[in-house]
Amino acid sequence: MDQLNNYLFIAAILFSLGVFGVMTRRNGIAVLMGVELILNAANINFIAFSRFGGMNLDGHIFGLIIIVLAAAEAAVALAIVINIYNNMNTINVDEASALKE
Amino acid sequence: MENIFINYSILILFLPLAAFVIQIFFGKRLPREGDWVSVGAISITLILSIAMFIAMLLDHDPNFKQEASFTWLDMGSFSIELGFLVDNITVIMLLIVALISTCSHVFSIKYMAGDIRYSRYFAYLGLFTFSMNGIVLANNLVSMYMFWELVGVSSYLLIGHWFEKDSSADAAKKAFLTNRVGDIGFFIGIMLIYTGIGSFTFSHIFDGVASGMLTGTTLTLAGVGLFMGAMGKSAQFPLHIWLPDAMEGPTPVSALMHAATMVAAGVYLSVRIFPLLTPDALLVVAYVGGFTALFAASIAITQNDIKKVLAYSTVSQLGYMILAVGTGVYTAAFFHLLTHAMFKANLFYGSGSVIHSMHHALHEKHDHESDPQDMRNMGGFKEKMPITYWSMLLSTLAIAGVPLFSGFLSKDAILAGTLSFAQHHPGHILLPLFGFGAAAITAFYMFRMMFLTFHGKPKMPSIIDDIHESPKEMTGPLVLLGALSIFIWYTLPYFNPLSSHGWFTDLVVPKDAVVPGNLTAYDIEDGAHHAHYLAMYISIGVAAFGILLAWAMYIKKALSAETWSSRAGLLYTLSFNKYYFDENYNKYIYQPTFRLANKVAWIDWELYDKYFINGFGRLTDWASRVTGKFDFDVIDQILVDGTGRIANLFGRTFKTVQTGKLQNYVLYVTAGVIIIMVIQSF
Amino acid sequence: MAESIFWFIAAFTVISAAFVVLNNQLIYSAVALLFTLFGVAGLYVFLWADFIAGVQLLVYIGGILVLIIFGIMLTNRISSVRLSQTNVQQGVGGAVAIWLFILILMVVSKTPWNQMDTIEPASTVGDIGTLLLTKYLLPFEAISLLLLGALIGAAVLSREEN
Repeated sequence: MDQLNNYLFIAAILFSLGVFGVMTRRNGIAVLMGVELILNAANINFIAFSRFGGMNLDGHIFGLIIIVLAAAEAAVALAIVINIYNNMNTINVDEASALKE
Repeated sequence: MENIFINYSILILFLPLAAFVIQIFFGKRLPREGDWVSVGAISITLILSIAMFIAMLLDHDPNFKQEASFTWLDMGSFSIELGFLVDNITVIMLLIVALISTCSHVFSIKYMAGDIRYSRYFAYLGLFTFSMNGIVLANNLVSMYMFWELVGVSSYLLIGHWFEKDSSADAAKKAFLTNRVGDIGFFIGIMLIYTGIGSFTFSHIFDGVASGMLTGTTLTLAGVGLFMGAMGKSAQFPLHIWLPDAMEGPTPVSALMHAATMVAAGVYLSVRIFPLLTPDALLVVAYVGGFTALFAASIAITQNDIKKVLAYSTVSQLGYMILAVGTGVYTAAFFHLLTHAMFKANLFYGSGSVIHSMHHALHEKHDHESDPQDMRNMGGFKEKMPITYWSMLLSTLAIAGVPLFSGFLSKDAILAGTLSFAQHHPGHILLPLFGFGAAAITAFYMFRMMFLTFHGKPKMPSIIDDIHESPKEMTGPLVLLGALSIFIWYTLPYFNPLSSHGWFTDLVVPKDAVVPGNLTAYDIEDGAHHAHYLAMYISIGVAAFGILLAWAMYIKKALSAETWSSRAGLLYTLSFNKYYFDENYNKYIYQPTFRLANKVAWIDWELYDKYFINGFGRLTDWASRVTGKFDFDVIDQILVDGTGRIANLFGRTFKTVQTGKLQNYVLYVTAGVIIIMVIQSF
Repeated sequence: MAESIFWFIAAFTVISAAFVVLNNQLIYSAVALLFTLFGVAGLYVFLWADFIAGVQLLVYIGGILVLIIFGIMLTNRISSVRLSQTNVQQGVGGAVAIWLFILILMVVSKTPWNQMDTIEPASTVGDIGTLLLTKYLLPFEAISLLLLGALIGAAVLSREEN
C-alpha cells in the first residue's frame, strides 16, 4: 500500500492485459475496452507518481485530462464503430481490411 | 680531252637503256616494230666507242685512267660511292661490246624476222647492252654486282625468248640459277673485302690491300669468292652446266652473250681484281681454268649439234682465259678475250646463217622432224653458202691457233705464260699440259665441225638444192668479223705475225699485284717472254696434229670415226653425255632438295597448319561457346533473372505483412518497441 | 488490515481486467470492465486521490461504460449467434504482451524511485480546482476544445447519409 512499486506493478499488469486485448480481440468494441484498460493503467501510474512524489497534484490534473480524453475518444470511436456496422453489417475488425495489399 | 671520256661513257651506258624503255612500251606500235630504234641507238654507241678507241690510240698512254664517283647512299657512318672508271681496258671492252652488239642487232633483223615477240627481243638486247656496259664502266664492286645481276636477268629473258618451248624456259631458269650460285661466292667476297677495308671502290681496295688491311687467308678467301662470281658467269667447272643449254636462245643472242660479252664478264672481273689475288687464290683460278679448258674440249669432240660444239668450245676458251689470269699473264687473258669475241661471235653468226638456211630448206620440204642444227644432216654446203664458209673458215683457223691469225697470237701468249709458270713453280706441270692438250683437241673438233658441215657429200640430198646463202644483213657481220680474225689488226703498227707486240701490248700494260710478296708484273712478263718461243713451237705442233687428225677422219676417211668411237667405248659415252653432269646434279642435289622441301611443306601444311593453327581456331570456338553458355546459363539465368526472382520473393514475403488488419499493425508496433527497448538496455 | 484490503482490491482489479480481455462474450467483458473500473477507483482512494476516484466513477463508469454498452447493444444481433470472440494471433499476441510486461517490470524494479514521505492531505479538490485555473489553464481550455471537437465529430459521424 505504501510502496510505489506495487502500484506500478498493478499498472503494468493492466497495461499488458490492455495491449493483449487490443491485439487479439475480434470485436471492435472489445478492442475499445482494451484501450480503456491501457488508459486506466497509465492513469494509475500518474496518480501513484503524484502520491509518492511529494503529493504533487500535477499528476492528478493529468489524470483528469486523461479521463476526459478517454471519454472523447470513446464517443468518437463508438460513432465510428456504429458507422462501420451500418455499412458492413459486422464489426469484426478482421473484416475491415480494405487496406490489405 | 679529259671529261669527254666520262661524258661519252654516260651516253654509251644510257642510250641502250633508252632504246630498251622505248621498245618495251612502244615497240609494237612503231613501224617495223621499232628495230630501227634499237639499231640506231646501238650504232650511235658504236660510233662513240670507236671515237673513244681512236682517242686512246692517239693518246697512247698506257697509264691512262679516268674516274668519276658520286655518293649513292649516305647514312652517316656508312656510305656507298658509285662511279665510272675509264681505263684502256675499259675502252677496248666498250668497243667489243658495242661492235658485237651492233652486229647482233643487224643480224637479228633478218634472223628474227616474223618472230612473234620481235620488238621485245630488241628491247631485251638493249637492256643487255646497258647492263654489260655497266659492268665494264664500274669502278666499284657494288655497281658491278648490280649490273652483274642485271646481265643475268637479260640472259634469262633472252635465252627464254621462245618460252613456249619447255626446254627454253628450263634453260633460262638454269642459266640464271647457276649464275646465282656463283654470285653467292661473289657477294661473300665483296663483303669480306668490305669488312677488311671499308670501301667498295677498286682504287681504295687496292690501296687497302697494299697497306696490309686485308691479308692472309681472308684475302685468299675474298679473292676466291670474287672468282666464284666469275666462275658462274664464265661457265667454269663446276658451274658450266648452263652454257650448253643456253643455246636454246636465238643464235644472235648466243653470239652476243654467250660467246663474246656476257661470259667474258667473268674474265673481265678477274682481270680487274687481279692485283688483289694471293698466290693461293691464283692457283685455284689457274687450275679451275685449265681443267675447264681441257674438260669442255673433251666433250666438244663428240657433239653433233653445231651450236653445242660452239658452246663447249666457248667454255673451253674461257677456261684458257681464266688459266691465263691464274698463271699471272692476265693481259694475255684480256687479249684472248678480245680475239675470242671476234672469232667466236663470227662462228656463231655463221652457224646461225647455216641454221637459218636449213630451217628454210626443211620448211620447203615440209620436214618438221629433222633437226636443222644437227651436223649429221648437213654436208657439202661449201658451194651453196660461200660467204658463210669462208668467214667461218677464217675464224676456225684463228681458234685453232694457226699462225697469221689473231687466235694464234693470244693463245700463244697464254701458253707461254703457263710454261713459264711451270718452269718457275715445278710441280705445276699440269697447267701447261692442260693448255696444250686443250689446244690440240680444239683444233680437232673445230675442223671436224667445218668438215662435217661444209665438206663432203650432203647427208640429206633432198634439201641440198634449197640451201642458199643468207641475206646481206646476216652476211655483213660475217665478213666483218671474219676479217677481224686476221692477225694484222692486233699487231699494228707492227707487222710481225709471230709476235704479239702491237698497240694492244703497248696500251694494256700489266700492273703489279698489290698483294705483298706476289711476283711483280715485270717478272711475270719476263718469264713469259723467255718461254715464248718454246710455247710457240709446241702450239703450232699440236694445232697441226689436231687439224691433220680431223682431215684424216672426215675428209680422207682414212680413219673411221665410228670405229674410233666404239673402241673408245666408255670414254665416248662419257664425252657424248657431257660426263653425266646434269644427271648427277639432278640426282644428288636437286632431287634431295626437292624432297626436303616437300617434307618441310608437309610438316607445315599437315601438322602445323592443321593442328596448330586450326587448333587455335577450334580452341577459340570452344572458348566462345563456353563463355556464351556461361553468359546465358549462369549470368543471365542465375544472376539477372535470379535477382528478379529474389526481389519477387521478397516482395511476396513482405506483402504478407500488409494484411490491412489493424491489430496486426499494433502487434508489430509493440513488438518493435520491445525489441528496441531490449537493444537499448544492452 | 488496510494492506490486505489493498491487495484484495488489487487482485479484484487484475482479475476483472483479465476477464475483460479473455472472455468470449462481449457483455461479460463489459461487466468485467465495470468491475475493473471500480477496482481502479478503489486504488485511487488508496492513493489519496479522492477527487479522481470520484471522477473515475462518474465519468468513466457512468459515461464511458454506458456508451460502450450502448454500442454493444446497437451493433450486435444479440438474438442471433453467440458473440464469439475467437481471437486472431492469440499466441503471438500473448507472447508479446507477456514480454512487454516483463520489460516494464524490469524497468520498474531496476529504477531507484525517489519515494518521498508525505502527509495525507485533507482533500485534493480545492487544490485541483486552483491548479486548473492557474497553472493548467491552457490545458484546461485545450481539453474543452477537444471535447467540443469530439462532440461535433461524433455528431457528424452519426448523421444519416442522404
